[in-house]
Amino acid sequence: MTGQIIGIAGATVTVDMAGLKLYERVQVGHAGFTGEVVRLDRERAVVQVYEDTRGLGVGEPARGLGMPLTVQLGPGLLAGMYDGLQRPLERWRAAQGPFIKGGIELSPLDFARRWRFFPLLREGAEVVAGTVLGHVEEGPFRHLISAAAAGKIGRLPEGEFTLAEPLGTFADGGEILAVQQWPVRRPRPYRKKLPASQPLITGQRAIDFLFPLARGGTAIFPGGFGTGKTILEQAIAKFADVDLVVYVGCGERGNEMAELLEEFRTLTDPWRGAGLMVRTMVVVNTSNMPVAAREASIYTAVTMAEYYRDMGFHVLLLADSLSRWAEALREISSSLEEMPGEEGYPTYLASRLAGFMERAGVVETLGGQTGSLSMILSVSPPGGDFTEPVTQACLRTAGAFFMLDTSLAHSRHFPAINWFQSYSLYEKELTGHFNEKVDPRWGELCRRCREVLQKEEALREVAEIVGVEGLQDADRLLMKVAERIREDFLAQNAYTEDAFSPPDKTVALIAGILDFYDQAVARLKTGALLDEVLKGETKANNKDGQDRQDEGKAET
Amino acid sequence: MRLAEHIYRTTSSIRGPLLFLERVFSARSGEVVRINFPDGSVTDGEVLKIDGRTVLIQAYGETRGLDLDATVAFTDAVKQAPLSADLIGRVFNGSFLPIDGLPMFIPERWGPVTGFPINPVARARPEEFIETGCSAIDGLNTLVKGQKLPIFSCAGLPSRELAAGILRNARLAAGGEFVVVFVALGLTHHDYSYYMAVLEEMKSGFVAFVNRAHEPVVERLLAPRFGLAAAEYLAFEMGMDVLVVVTDMTNYCDALREVSTAREELPGRRGYPGYLYSDLASIYERAGRITGLSGSVTMLPVVTMPEDDITHPIPDLTGYITEGQLVLSRELHQKGVFPPVDVLPSLSRLMQRGIGAGHTREDHRRVANLLYKHYAKGRELRRLEAIVGREGMLESDRQLLDFADTFEREFVHQGEARREIGQTLDTGIALLQRFDLETA
Repeated sequence: MTGQIIGIAGATVTVDMAGLKLYERVQVGHAGFTGEVVRLDRERAVVQVYEDTRGLGVGEPARGLGMPLTVQLGPGLLAGMYDGLQRPLERWRAAQGPFIKGGIELSPLDFARRWRFFPLLREGAEVVAGTVLGHVEEGPFRHLISAAAAGKIGRLPEGEFTLAEPLGTFADGGEILAVQQWPVRRPRPYRKKLPASQPLITGQRAIDFLFPLARGGTAIFPGGFGTGKTILEQAIAKFADVDLVVYVGCGERGNEMAELLEEFRTLTDPWRGAGLMVRTMVVVNTSNMPVAAREASIYTAVTMAEYYRDMGFHVLLLADSLSRWAEALREISSSLEEMPGEEGYPTYLASRLAGFMERAGVVETLGGQTGSLSMILSVSPPGGDFTEPVTQACLRTAGAFFMLDTSLAHSRHFPAINWFQSYSLYEKELTGHFNEKVDPRWGELCRRCREVLQKEEALREVAEIVGVEGLQDADRLLMKVAERIREDFLAQNAYTEDAFSPPDKTVALIAGILDFYDQAVARLKTGALLDEVLKGETKANNKDGQDRQDEGKAET
Repeated sequence: MRLAEHIYRTTSSIRGPLLFLERVFSARSGEVVRINFPDGSVTDGEVLKIDGRTVLIQAYGETRGLDLDATVAFTDAVKQAPLSADLIGRVFNGSFLPIDGLPMFIPERWGPVTGFPINPVARARPEEFIETGCSAIDGLNTLVKGQKLPIFSCAGLPSRELAAGILRNARLAAGGEFVVVFVALGLTHHDYSYYMAVLEEMKSGFVAFVNRAHEPVVERLLAPRFGLAAAEYLAFEMGMDVLVVVTDMTNYCDALREVSTAREELPGRRGYPGYLYSDLASIYERAGRITGLSGSVTMLPVVTMPEDDITHPIPDLTGYITEGQLVLSRELHQKGVFPPVDVLPSLSRLMQRGIGAGHTREDHRRVANLLYKHYAKGRELRRLEAIVGREGMLESDRQLLDFADTFEREFVHQGEARREIGQTLDTGIALLQRFDLETA
């Protein structure tokens, strides 16, 4: 189906074609830019183009591609870096040099690479869509190949193949392919959703201990600039106890991505020992890359994440930052002259966000495995004001909320997670798990830790007026213990060994602090002086003090 | 390609800088047009929007005196910047026309003004130390090659002198000096002549793009893009290390708001358009280094915070894009400290990669952390001092108060002097020793 361009306004292009479908992919102009149909009239359609439309002229040709925006799914996606439309950045660089000039179609998969296929089913087996046919080895991972459609297997040999060839054939002659196309805006199907009951260990004590996240859960962390969103997001990407990580750099800094890529290439996964990059896929659309592709980037990423979830992997999707996605949505909406809602965001912001976040979860896959997709999403509220629409819309769907606090960040307490405002809805389910698997005191320690922090807050107000010296010994002791909890337990330097804290270390640390507290209280009661009680403490603490020195401005 | 230039005389309405033309054939988005005034003068413009055969044009210059019979010529090309090594030493206006009295150079080639985004995988991590000669920056908020580090100033603070000091004193760790691309946006004549005097003293060469306060607002949107197109050319094609100083980004954002309102776009926070973030990113993100290429683009934009408010959309969005910020403080300025850099809210996100052995000095990180930590404590104690009074405080706390004062007077304050990184760190160490604060 072909036609021509009859109007251009920023990233939206009007074409004079009839018979297109909504969200169908359209190619416009001599340069071959692609876009999606976002509005349909009888004789014309409005296309949102994924590239800079500068230089595009009216009268240039347009062509409908007959399918929506899709991603290619198949072996070889891992360790790759893609733009918001799943174009591989390395090969793009080979094709166009260091600058992204656009107007290029690149497959994310390498069709020349040879894979060895190990079939699970034999000739004559009846399959339905999603039935596991066999697997290939993708790095350390067993990449399951599932049937894309129902049928009876005609031929399915073991052996080497490239993605350009079929793996075998159905009895009716149809080809069995290892590559699938999937429309990014349609969630991939599964048999059923299961409750989220297993913890997702992030290695961050403040999260794992106080506000634990479940596999299949969603968490957001909003924070103003300089509160360490990106560092926290990257630390979790490095240390999280999941099989695979999809990292979306959505409208953020290019230099940051350069840093992430360089680091990930050298680090290893603390849980499985393999290189960190092997388990990671990066989707990146920096702030100066086209806005429409930024809007698509989170869908591209979540579809790839779902694809691996469907093989029974535990996948974690990290996006930095969702606000930039919402801004892209706002820009597109305003170029379509839609009626604006709060702060100019379209009124469907909340429902789109909810639709996206609901793609997380623990599922029983069509092939019968259990896989999970969890999401940790950062939000950048303007001026650090959490009443803005994006944060508020996220709060309605997210299962955990880690509030990054500007004042904590200014006092160089990182991760700057505020322990009074943050929450996790998974806490109840997970405490039982931690009590059972890690330490029976987990829940109790957690309760006491909170209590100390709360009491400190109350005492702090008093101390501001009368000075610390004016407090009673028991209260001064509590303040001292709270300080230790804050500085030695909740704070974690992302640039040292301590950046990753497994649950047993976490619980040992907090138990140590609270045990000291109990003993100190007992000694005070028997008449010991506070300074005496604390003296031994400071000595034991010297080593930690040294570590803390190195933090300073390191983490931001 | 069209064989002949298309010229129209079909303007149906003019609204401020916007012209509606009817019955136009095959216009391009972003196409440059030439608008001829009845009195013979000419201004350029750009195609903003095309709806069938109706075209919306934005004039770059003033539209006063234009009538509906004006002829508009379509050039069939988007805005391009002329590029050549001969750029160096020249001064241009916001339309890339020379204003230094010399004839235009002959371009080596033409490049699109908006440039292309750097492929994230082609970026090299910024990690080479730049010595600015200023202790508050070098010591505690280190600048590295390829970074974008804005100066957040308030009206009346000497951001101009700080920027000039950096221009005069910046040296690369590996030796060598910068080529400076200076972009003046909405500058008063007073500021302009100050900067020009500084630039002319420089040995290493500069290119200036100047849009003064009385000059057309749309050119204010073009000037930084011309500057960056020139910077990218010099950096990535000629292999030079380029330092881009843009002052003042607040004027840029106000110009963007003015133009956006004229286009009847939906206003966002404080009337700035919703795409302010993406627009600012299209400027700031052009800083960087590229693997395998020797040049670099480092950016120092100056942002004057309206109402001294760091949460105002301009500094706020800038802070979300740039890799840190240098915040100037009115209080320090009143104490006579120059440069009045408040090190607590200031930050260089890329500092960690650019300091330590092999970059600056082995003890840099330790000294910086100690200074920062004790100064932060001293500052905190000032609040307590205001409540309970100095006499009511512990001896150790009084000492920290003195340390904070001395730190401001002797470490941050340095007047016009240039300090090498060694001097900066030694000053810091001496200060710590004097107050016996060498441990945590």
